[in-house]
Amino acid sequence: MRFLPFVLRNLKRKKTRTLLTIGSIAVSLFLFGLLVAIESGLNAGVDVAGADRLVIRNRISLIQPLPLAYQQQLLQIPHVEQATFSSWFGAVYQDQRNFFPQFVIDTDTYREVFPEYEIPDEQWQAFLADREGAVVGRATADRFGWQLGDRIPLQGTIFPGTWELNIRAIYEGREAEADETQLWFHDAYLEERRRWGKGLVGWYTVKVDDPEHAVEVAAAIDERFSNSAWETTTETERAFAAGFAKQIGNIRLIVLSIGAVVMFTLLLVTGSAMATAVRERVPELGVLKTIGFGDTTVLGLVLAESVLIAVVGGGIGVVLAKLFTLGGDPTGGMLPTFHLGGDAMAAGLALSLVVGLLAGAIPAATAMRLEIVDALRRV
Amino acid sequence: MAIPVSYNVRSVAARWTTTVVSVLGIAGTVGVFLAMLAMARGFQATLIASGSPDNVIVLRAGADTEMTSAVNLEQVRVIADAPEVARGEDGRPLLSPEVVVIGAFPLATTGTDANVQIRGVSDTVLQVRPKVELVEGRFFRPGLAELVVGRNAVTTYQGFTLGSTVEIGGLDWRVVGVFSTGGTAFDSEVWCDATLLNQTFSRPEGIFQSVTARLTSRAELGALEDRLTADPRLTVDVTGEQAYYAKQSEMVSTLIRALGFLVALVMAVGAVFGALNTMYSAVAARAREIATLRALGFGGGSVVASFVLESVLIALVGGAIGCLAVLPLNGFTAGTMNWQTFSHLAFAFQVTPALMVWGLAFAGFMGLVGGLLPALRAARMPVAAALREL
Repeated sequence: MRFLPFVLRNLKRKKTRTLLTIGSIAVSLFLFGLLVAIESGLNAGVDVAGADRLVIRNRISLIQPLPLAYQQQLLQIPHVEQATFSSWFGAVYQDQRNFFPQFVIDTDTYREVFPEYEIPDEQWQAFLADREGAVVGRATADRFGWQLGDRIPLQGTIFPGTWELNIRAIYEGREAEADETQLWFHDAYLEERRRWGKGLVGWYTVKVDDPEHAVEVAAAIDERFSNSAWETTTETERAFAAGFAKQIGNIRLIVLSIGAVVMFTLLLVTGSAMATAVRERVPELGVLKTIGFGDTTVLGLVLAESVLIAVVGGGIGVVLAKLFTLGGDPTGGMLPTFHLGGDAMAAGLALSLVVGLLAGAIPAATAMRLEIVDALRRV
Repeated sequence: MAIPVSYNVRSVAARWTTTVVSVLGIAGTVGVFLAMLAMARGFQATLIASGSPDNVIVLRAGADTEMTSAVNLEQVRVIADAPEVARGEDGRPLLSPEVVVIGAFPLATTGTDANVQIRGVSDTVLQVRPKVELVEGRFFRPGLAELVVGRNAVTTYQGFTLGSTVEIGGLDWRVVGVFSTGGTAFDSEVWCDATLLNQTFSRPEGIFQSVTARLTSRAELGALEDRLTADPRLTVDVTGEQAYYAKQSEMVSTLIRALGFLVALVMAVGAVFGALNTMYSAVAARAREIATLRALGFGGGSVVASFVLESVLIALVGGAIGCLAVLPLNGFTAGTMNWQTFSHLAFAFQVTPALMVWGLAFAGFMGLVGGLLPALRAARMPVAAALREL
């Protein structure tokens, strides 16, 4: 700490370079934050999947429906505590670009299976009381400026016609990673109005009493419905979400690997700036050693400078990235979540610390090994 | 009077280490920028190429994809009777009523399920889509449980090799042929007989999801659209096939572009910082030279021009390296989920000359921004003071 003013003074000497180097690191770490947010957005669902939940879909594919009658049969399978169903509604609000997911839900059981969504009780009751009511996530409500009580028209694509829904409740996720873009409404309303597919639902989600029974229950469910007209595939919710994320496939890998390469390049820029700074100051370092500063102190001084730059830059970058993610999804609703968690921010700071140490290591070692005679010769 | 470019080139050669860093920064930025654009472009091109300007696709009014559409047999007959629909040599109307089902099959790479489009087609499909070319085996026989598989589907999913048996909807289907449409979305699909597919899924007979028809001439699109939408027996939307497929690519390509631009923009800021650093240290190291140039009679403007030029040249070298680095990606096949059709789609990256020109322009711009401020500092340096240091 005694040397802090000295380090700071050194940094102030070439203000432009110091600022630019801090800027480079800030940009790298900003990018790091951005990529983490994008990655978790593309991977959404996997992190928040409940370990005690199983998803049951038609064996052919998720598109094929399952009969409504399965709900009672699922409840009879041992260890199944609750079974709820949902269907994809897939309507368009004003323009196809305004995409957000809409589901038809079984209002009696849905919240019991998905307790992680927080809805004020009076809003939920208002939703239950209104057959044309809808629950919408905070992100989507904010995106379109919807308020409680608004009546919104949706253009059906699977189920033709205009569907008008009243916003009765707004849900928020208990965790920051939760998907707050969905809209839910009554299955009863769809069932009443649709002209085809009556008595069919999209998929079921069951809650088991203990995650340890998940595998056994999944096998029992598929066994129960095998050789029927509607065979099923049952997976844990996590496997289901992961399967979805994997379909996005290479794109994610490509985005991330490219980002990693570029971050490395930007870090190279920083390292080079550090090296230049030390090279320029060789004579001074010689003077320091002459007046009695030890090798390790000189090493520490150079390292401290580099680490300080890196951590300040990294801190700025991570904070900027956090602020950016708070501003919302830059793709206009195509990523279900866009969020930078505290642990990722900490990882970013740790990364910048490592970068500071690495970038400073070679110059600092050079400075340490410097012979006074050689250094002073350059004065 | 302009300072000769050889001065800049030799100066760069004399202090190449810092320059290399700046070149790498710009190369990386341009590379990523191009890779993302090539990916978005490839995805879009794959879908656009799926549509032919001579074809129209008829869907139920309001449906945005085949997945959500339904057209019944009577409606198909009305469409077939339209004079704008071309006839084959045997006088039959060239249209293919189609059924699309999505089946879950494991990806070859990860073993996890992906949504594959299974398209039930009619036997006129080869005339409606002349692009379809059989690479191996033969086409399926109507009424038999046989599949022909798109070229990309064979490699992307497990179990679709020629001669193998695939279970779909409780029926065993044999793969009898592999087709190619030259890298369009159809190459990721599996085709079979429409009627049999309908039966297998116990769907009502005579319900199709879309009708693709060949026009007598591409100018007739408007006429056919007017005729069909005005017909009281039909409630359909008529879209040019190309426009339909272009629309299918909108969501994913927008997503890739938005992310690509965002990442490239952030990186550009970083690369400009790098370029600034390099140029500032260049100016500092060459203070005496600059002063000498000024003393010889080169004006401030010449010095600015010279340094900006140097920075732009360094950036262009970086840009060129970035372009070259991305070039091997051309044709690289990637796969992703198209949310609009809810199915998996293989596509190839497209690095076009136009994209590379954009990349170079981007690099030049970064060089310009990174060089201007240091160049101004160089020009403003007091000549006498700098020379005294000599």
